[in-house]
Amino acid sequence: MDGRLWSILLESFPKILMAGIKVTIPLTVISFVLALFISVVVAMIQYADVPVLKHICRFYIWLIRGTPMLVQLFVVFYGLPGVGISLEAFPAAILVLAFNEGAYMAESVRGALESVPVGQLEAGECVGLSYFQIMYRIVLPQAFRVAFPALSNSLISMVKGTSLVTTVTITEMLQTAKIINSRYYQPMGLYCEVALVYLMFCSVLTLLQRVVEKKLNSYGGRSK
Amino acid sequence: MTLEVKNLHKNFDGKEVLKGIDFEVRDGDVVAVLGPSGSGKTTILRCINFLEKADDGKLIFDGESFNLAKISKKDKKRLRMKTSFVFQNYNLFLNKTVLQNVTLGLTAARKISRQEAEAKAIAMLEKVGMADRLDAYPSQLSGGQQQRVAIARALATDPEIIYFDEPTSALDPELIGEVLAVMRQLAEDGMTMIVVTHEMNFARNVSNRIIFMENGNIIETGSSKEFFENPKKERSREFVRSITADRTAD
Repeated sequence: MDGRLWSILLESFPKILMAGIKVTIPLTVISFVLALFISVVVAMIQYADVPVLKHICRFYIWLIRGTPMLVQLFVVFYGLPGVGISLEAFPAAILVLAFNEGAYMAESVRGALESVPVGQLEAGECVGLSYFQIMYRIVLPQAFRVAFPALSNSLISMVKGTSLVTTVTITEMLQTAKIINSRYYQPMGLYCEVALVYLMFCSVLTLLQRVVEKKLNSYGGRSK
Repeated sequence: MTLEVKNLHKNFDGKEVLKGIDFEVRDGDVVAVLGPSGSGKTTILRCINFLEKADDGKLIFDGESFNLAKISKKDKKRLRMKTSFVFQNYNLFLNKTVLQNVTLGLTAARKISRQEAEAKAIAMLEKVGMADRLDAYPSQLSGGQQQRVAIARALATDPEIIYFDEPTSALDPELIGEVLAVMRQLAEDGMTMIVVTHEMNFARNVSNRIIFMENGNIIETGSSKEFFENPKKERSREFVRSITADRTAD
């Protein structure tokens, strides 16, 4: 490899990394927190079998899972202004990322809620806890532990999903690399460099997942 | 305390599992509910504690009458504050320590301060011999230990009556004794209990009254001594004969 390529890569690395820190990470963090909230609400509505609302939740999941995120992004950013709803690129991206991943996470959370043995709820009732107390103190903590690996998957998938927002004028890591590439034309080197930064971010998350899982396992294996 | 059940009916998918049950429990009674598997013993307990909704029937608790087929949330909660339930498979809260399992019903459901709840919990755990494992999680305990913690949890809320649903049926034989010893102590302390069980020694020596069931009906009720020594009904005689033949070594 020639020295010119190296100096281009070396020079662009901090720029790409900065785009990651300034755009990709905040975008992911905000969207994920929102997605987590959406997913818990949607899962609990189905778990508690709330009439009407549960059908709306199923519709939401069906709609989101059945359409590509890129298309959703285009509808929200390019389509909605046509009906009078104009969103800035960043909020539009957050909205799509959160509602998209939220649908998948809702299914993970619902599965986890349903995995909590019914005896746990009955015991809660018998000691006099209210439904809310049973959910908050018994069922959700146990479900969270079950859902955690799947939610980690969703987080990692969301980090990578942010690369799609280049298409709605946000200058995140991939877009930054594209701009540099248009000047130097080194697609192989530059795009591999972007991939490397994504890999770095996701490796940190994988390590974090392992640490948290260890902590969650403190109360041992599942008992009968 | 007094408890009376009248005309309790329950169907599961069209199959009648309780066909009109009537019985009475007086203060300090230890009532053993006996009978072959599938006779409806557990369903009685689950119905009178509203874990299962009865199709018909009345519960008279301390003179106050409740409809078992239709009860308000408020009454349900009020009754549960006065009762405790011990499950066949313990159902300790898996994400809580031994101590937290016992305090939760006090702090969260009864708004008792944490210090007071912990003092109470430790006293109850001492009673069942589990005070040395306060910080253990249920998964770290044997079945017998878990059931003793469950009994401490049941005791901590000062119930007027404790319902036991086959408390030793999920235990290895060598662990049954430690749970029965705790239950015998409770009986001696005057706790009112209804115990669905297959433990004939307990029924004969600890309980003072027997309800014998078959096919959703109560066949015979009476004092334990009478039931085992001189059963009135032919079916009861058969039952007593079969278990004494099994257990001549007891």
